[in-house]
This record gives sequence, structure tokens and C-alpha cells, in this order.
Amino acid sequence: MSDPSSARAKPTCFQELILTLQEYWARQGCLILQPFDMEMGAGTFHTATTLRALGPKPWYAAYVQPSRRPGDGRYGENPMRLQHYYQFQAILKPSPPDILERYLGSLEAIGIDTSLHDIRFVEDDWESPTLGAWGLGWEVWCDGMEVTQFTYFQQVGGIEVDLVAGEITYGLERLAMYLFDKKTVYELPYNRADSDVPLTYGDVFLQNEQEQSAYNFEYADTEMLFRHFVDAEKECGRLIEKKLPLPAYEQCIKASHSFNLLDARGVISVAERQSYILRVRDLAKVCCEAWLATQKKAA
Amino acid sequence: MAELLLELLSEEIPARMQTRAADDLKRLVCDGLKGAGVGFEQARAFATPRRLTLVIDGIPASRDDVSEEKRGPRVGAPDQAVQGFLKGAGLASLDQAEKRDTGKGEFWFAVVTKKGGLTADALPGVIDAAMKALPWPKSMKWGSGTMQWVRPLQSIIALFDGKGLKGEVAPGGQMAPIAFGATTRGHRFLSKGAIEVSNFADYTTKLRTAHVILDPAERKAIILDGARKLCAEAQVGLHEDEGLLEEVAGLVEWPVPMLGTIDAQFMDVPPEVLIVSMKAHLRYFSTTKADGTLANRFVVVANNVARDGGKTIIEGNERVLRARLSDAKFFWDQDRKQTLEARLPALRQVVFHAKLGTQAERVERIAKLAGEIAKALPAVDATEVEQAARLCKADLVTGMVGEFPELQGVMGRYYALGEKLPAAVADAIGDHYAPVGPNDRCPSAPVSIAVALADKLDALISFWSIGEKPTGSRDPFALRRAALGVIRIVIENKLRLPLRPFVKADDLLAFFAERLKVQMREKGVRHDIVDAVLALGSEDDLVRLLARVEALQSFLSTEAGKNLLTAYGRAANIVRAEEKKDKGLAAKIAGAPDAALLEQAEEKDVASALAEVERVVKPALAAEDFAGAMKAFADLRAPIDALFDKVTVNVTDKPELRLNRLKLLNQIRATMDTVADFSKIEG
Repeated sequence: MSDPSSARAKPTCFQELILTLQEYWARQGCLILQPFDMEMGAGTFHTATTLRALGPKPWYAAYVQPSRRPGDGRYGENPMRLQHYYQFQAILKPSPPDILERYLGSLEAIGIDTSLHDIRFVEDDWESPTLGAWGLGWEVWCDGMEVTQFTYFQQVGGIEVDLVAGEITYGLERLAMYLFDKKTVYELPYNRADSDVPLTYGDVFLQNEQEQSAYNFEYADTEMLFRHFVDAEKECGRLIEKKLPLPAYEQCIKASHSFNLLDARGVISVAERQSYILRVRDLAKVCCEAWLATQKKAA
Repeated sequence: MAELLLELLSEEIPARMQTRAADDLKRLVCDGLKGAGVGFEQARAFATPRRLTLVIDGIPASRDDVSEEKRGPRVGAPDQAVQGFLKGAGLASLDQAEKRDTGKGEFWFAVVTKKGGLTADALPGVIDAAMKALPWPKSMKWGSGTMQWVRPLQSIIALFDGKGLKGEVAPGGQMAPIAFGATTRGHRFLSKGAIEVSNFADYTTKLRTAHVILDPAERKAIILDGARKLCAEAQVGLHEDEGLLEEVAGLVEWPVPMLGTIDAQFMDVPPEVLIVSMKAHLRYFSTTKADGTLANRFVVVANNVARDGGKTIIEGNERVLRARLSDAKFFWDQDRKQTLEARLPALRQVVFHAKLGTQAERVERIAKLAGEIAKALPAVDATEVEQAARLCKADLVTGMVGEFPELQGVMGRYYALGEKLPAAVADAIGDHYAPVGPNDRCPSAPVSIAVALADKLDALISFWSIGEKPTGSRDPFALRRAALGVIRIVIENKLRLPLRPFVKADDLLAFFAERLKVQMREKGVRHDIVDAVLALGSEDDLVRLLARVEALQSFLSTEAGKNLLTAYGRAANIVRAEEKKDKGLAAKIAGAPDAALLEQAEEKDVASALAEVERVVKPALAAEDFAGAMKAFADLRAPIDALFDKVTVNVTDKPELRLNRLKLLNQIRATMDTVADFSKIEG
């Protein structure tokens, strides 16, 4: 559990929130990894979760993952919807018996005093159709605000897990808006107010939201994206044949992001949508199977 | 006599599963006790978000040997049956069983003796079996284990007569077994450390000190009382919602109701939006002003006693609500910038069902049907029906309904009113999904009726056409509800709307008949009477059908009705018995009897009574005067009774006479069957 002497003071800005969570989970024995360097819809897609959740080896890791949801772009006009935002993810496999106490410790660390607030665990089962993954858990409420998604992974890539991972996902912007009492994400202090160059989240990301929304909804070349989808799909299959699950999985991530962009461009009909999701899921499944084979061999 | 206390402590159990799980635990352990020959007086089960608790009183400390007999298969039965019997009885071979003649042949019997002994020795097995059999709607494994439970299981209290039972549950993998013990934990935030208990009374007292109210009924009472008090002080009324109360009681171990305020800027958003937003997303109770309209206060139930008296919690919740309602207000403002009419093209992009096309196509079908239905309704404006039908699904592509699907229809009505469309059109858009349940209100305005019926009939006809019919347990498209909706709208509005022109498939019409029977049974109408009227086959006018049923039911409750039914039964039985002997008879006795062959006065009386009945009944039926028709039947009773007294039907030496008398009896049956098939009525 947390050692008060090494705990930093309560965070006052976005980056301190990240630093606090990293330090906290590092003290819990997690590797602190860096973001996966590809576009993905959620931290779960990071190999540190999707692939490491499978197989017999224990795995504790935490990291920030930029998450891209092209369809959620609002040209910077919605106070809390973004096409690019950050998730902080901790994964503890196998889930330790005191995982909820450890999680509650992280809330204390970021400045949520549980003697002042109302923390509730509300049923929320998680499912990712594209990853063929599901788990049971809760959304964690703080005074009615969803601050975390907590999931015990049961299946990934259609495969039942050997050891159950507890996955803890914080939506950083939303959490920060709550902690720092801001009505819009763009007003969040990114660094400390007493910095030489104090900047807000909007200073850093507003233009990006505007331009990327235009790209996602208006200018993304759909023919090219359809091509990319098919290319990634083919490449993935070829790499699986070569028994290279890690590069193959990157192609699966690529296909998934191409699909998300095409979906945002509104060029995939409702009927086709399901078939694209299934195609991505098939890729995820073969990658997971191939990865698992390497793990079992190594073990 | 001693007490068994069982507590299964876990991480947070979904609210919707708690009550059921506690009941299941009680049932399984009690069944286990019975199976082990252990008696008890009373069992009570409780659930909180973190624990299932069972206390059973009046269990004897030991039990006697019991021997039990099990009958097996017939001697000489196939080996499979024998093996099943041996396995079930716990025998190794048939040498351990005995043959006995039951009078219906020789059967194998097993005499199984259950050893008695200390109850404490039997209980761990019962608990273990109950836990394994407990049917969670969804369960999971955790850590390195393989055990399935709703969420990770943390500890078990198993005390019998104040002493710990020996036992444990193994989650598997590398995880330590969870031993039966005498300790639990209190509230997640308001209590620290383990709590040791000695019996149920001690347990509940200590839990209370540790800020856990064990009994869900008590938590509900605390929430309700607290919420009412807060509301009274704020001079608003609490909107009491039993489903929400149940759920909230399952989210807290120590309920603390608090009163918050809705920001004034949102009070012009439709109240339904505020209520749904508060209830579905935040589990708040809404409140009302003296005139019944929505007040600007809400009740949130916290699971904590905060050291600032709840100030932070209320502020936090108000902030969250503000964010939620900002979204809602944004949709409300945005949605009104576009008319419903202008949204229609977007319905072409929304798939209703893969085999049934888009919502746009569905709307076309509904409009066509609504138009036809409107022709059968008095005083309805066909233009309004057409407009309402075309616009009824337009709100599906608004931002608000995208966010709150449960507001479909409701929002369409508001947007239509905002556009100054006729009120009847707006109301029909709002009402067309109704009734959605047996207690939901039925549309009664003509335009609403037309569109609501068209919506349901289209769903039924369409899903029927692609073979998606409900089965015993599966009804994914809620077609039973749709059929019941049609029935209620027609009957409650007394609509003269024959279904046959709309419902072409015979089995769909039969489906309506089935739903009607279920609905009438719930209203206390005898199902055999409904069957008797339905057996006429041709009746597809529900109002007329109901009138027939009512007339028949009241007729049959009179002395004359009962006697006539007996007479009918006698006549029908004789004819049927004769028909069995002679396959060609039915054809021979069709039609009226030959007057010249009516010998006895009693025969003649019946014939003329029948003629009189026919004379009266035909026009009565045509005028739908079913009570009048029944009354005419009553006059048949005396002559028929006399006929049975004095006349022998099966006169063996005069075949023509016999045939003519059978004709007469057959005619009694035929005449009565014009109002209902009396053979379906149970005497």
C-alpha cells in the first residue's frame, strides 16, 4: 500500500495527475510502460493489455495511452467529447485479493478523500466486440461521477484467460475536470499555474481537435482507407503464417483504426458495420492465438 | 435446537442480482438440509451490496438414521435405465436392490439408509453444494483461480450453534482456500478491520455498529423515510419509485439520503428528460411541486457519512448532474433547429431489421396501415393520421433520443408541439408506442389509436412474414406485448375493427386469440367460455367477441343456463355415441327433422321451440343482442327436459324414427352452436 512519505502532494494539474498515478502504481509493483506508438481506440488495445492478459505469466503494468475515437470528434466545441484523449491504465495479472483496496488507495493519492466523498461500485460489464474480449466489473462512481472502469478480464481474442487480470482504466480528462472543478476540458490546467509557461489543455490540444475532426469527418480519403484496411488484413494473415504475432497484431490495430475512420466518415452502412467488426475480431483472434502459442512454448 | 449462520462476503454484487441470489441461497441450503434429513423451523436470507447472509433457526444438533425407498425400473428394463437407477440410489449392483411386485408388475427397489449423526458434520457439505449450485445470472473467475462467483469471494462465516463449522472453499490456482470462519468486515469506508461474531443477533448488532444495515427492507425504509423528511422540509413531494428504491437499496450498505438542487437553467427542458437523466444515469429520485409538476430538488442516496455532513457529496452530485443536463439541454436546443419532416430522409439510414428493411420503409407500412384503420374509426381526420404516422419515428434520429432511447415518442411529441403541428398529431407521435405494459395507459384519441394500432400490427405482420414468431421462452421483438397492446386498444376503446382484413396468417390470428385468452383469464373470465366463443372460428371482431363471452358467462351462471348446458351435453353425447358406431351418420342427420315423423308431443314441442328460438336468435345475433339470444335459449330447457324424460331416441325397431330423433338432437346442438361451441364448456 501507499507509503505517505514517498507520496507526492495532491495533483493540481493534468500532468501531475498522470505523474501521481504513475508513481502510485509503480509503488504497487507495476512496470511503468509508455504509450503504444500506434493509433488505437482504447488503452486495452496496447499489447501490454490485450496480449499480456493471455498466457500463464503474471504481469503488472501501468501506462498512459492516447486513445483515438474519430467519431467522437466535435471540432473542439463540446466541453468533454474528444476524438483524441488519454486513458491511464493499470493491469494486474493475476488480480491480487486486495486489488480494490489498492485501487481506492490510488483515489486517495490523487486527492479524493474517501471520508468526504461517496464512492460506489456500480455494475458495468465490459465487452469489446473487435477484440473478442469481455469481463465483469464496475464503473466506479465518485459523487455520481464515473471516475474509473474496473474489469476482471475473462476472455480475450475469444480465448478464455489462464490468469484473470484486473484492469483499471481512468479517463484522465474527465477525472481531471472533476478534480480541478473545470466545466470544459479545454480549461484544464495542463501544467502548474506557477510554471514559467502555464498552459491549459486547450492551449495544447484545441487546434488538434479542430483539425482532426475536419479530417475524420470530411477529408479522410475513404478509398485509401478501404485499401489500408484490406492491406492490413492481408499483411496480418501473412505474418501469422510466419509465426510473428507481434507485427501481425500491429496490422490488426491498423485495420481497426482504418475501420474507425471509415465509420466516422459515414461510409459504412449499418449492415456492413457488423461484418467489419467481425473481420477485425478475426484478426485479433488469430493474433491472440499465435501469441498464446509463443507464451505456452516459453513457459 | 440451534441456529445456522452463513455469510458470503464478496466484492460488490450488482444490485439487480442481490434479492434473487439471497432467495436462491436460502432455497438451495434448505433443500440440502431436507435432503440430508435435517429439520429446521425458519430460514431467512438477506443481501447487501457485499454479502449474502442466511440464518436458519430450529435445527436439531443431531439426527437419526433415515431409510428411504426408491422405486427403480421394471425388472428386465434396458440396462441404461438400470444403470441410471443404481447411480441415483448410490448402489454398486442390482444385488443390493430388491425385487418387489407392486401389482402392476415387478420393479426394482432400493432401500437407502442415510446415517444420522451430528448435524455439524452434515452442514459443510450442504453449504458447499449450495454455493456450487447457486445460479448467478453472470459469474466470473478471478486471480489464478477457476471458481465461479459473481465477483471475487472474500470470506465465509459458517457458524452452527455458535461454533465454527469445519470447511473451506477453494478458488483454485495458486490462491489460498477460503476457510469457514466467524469473522466478517463492516462498511468499506466507515469501518476498519475484522469483526468476529458469535451468532445472528450478535452479527446484526455488530454490523450495525460497523455501519452495515443487513436487511434490504430496513435499508429501503431508511431511504424512504429520510427522503420523505428531506422533501417535507423543502416543501416538495417525493416521486416514489419502487424499482429505483429497490436498486438504490442494493447499492448502499449504510444509506444516507441527501437533497440536491437542479440548476435553474435546465428547468425549461422537458421534465421527462430531467427525470430519465436523473434516474437512469444517476439513480436520483425526482420531486414534485404541489401542482404535480417537476420540482427543482432531487434526492441522492449516498453510502457514506461524510465528515463535512455531505456538503462535498451534494456539490459533487449537483456538478455531475449539471454536466449531464448540459448535454441534454444541448440536444434539446439542437434538435429543435430541424423539423421532424426534415429528418425523414435520415430514417433511410436506420435499419429496423436486416430482413425488414429500414425505419423509412417501416414508416411507409405504418402510414398505409394507419390509413386503413382510420377508415374504420369514427370522427378521425385522415390527414392528421397520415401526418402522425409519417412522423412517428422521426425522433429516432434526434440527438436526444440517440442519448436517451427511452424517450422515443415523448421527444417526438415535444418537437411536434414546438413546430406547432396539430395537437392530435403530436399526441399520436407521443402515444404510439403505448401501451407498453399491462399497467400502461392505452391511447384513446382517434389519431393516436390509428397510429398506435398500425405500429403494433405492422410489427406483428412483418415479423410473422419472416418467420420470427415468439416461442415459449423467446420473444425478442416483444410481439406478445404488441398483440396485447392491439387487444387492449381495441377493447378499451370499443373499436369495431375486424382483424381479419389486416391479419392474413391463420396462426397470427390464433396468436391473438391466445393472448386474448391470457388477458381475459387475468380478468377472471373462464377460459372455457372464451374457448367456446373462439371455436366459432369466424369471430375477429374483438368487441363483439367480448360481448358474446360476457353474455354467455352471465347466462351460464343462471339456473336455466346450467340446466340447458346439461341438456345440451346429453343431446350431444347421444349423437356422438351414435356417430361413433356409424361413420356415415353425421351426413344422414344433418338438417331439420322431418315434421311428419315427429310422433310424440314432446318431440313436436322441442321442434317448435327450436323453430321459435331460431326465429328470435337470428335477428338477435344480427343485432348483437347476445343477452337476448341467450334468453331465448332459456325457453328450450323445459321441452328438452321433457323430451329426455319421455322419448326413447334409439328405437331399435323403427330406424326412420331413430334417425329423425337423432336429427332433432343434432339440431339442438347446431342451434346452440350458433352462439358458441357449448361442447367446450366445462360443466
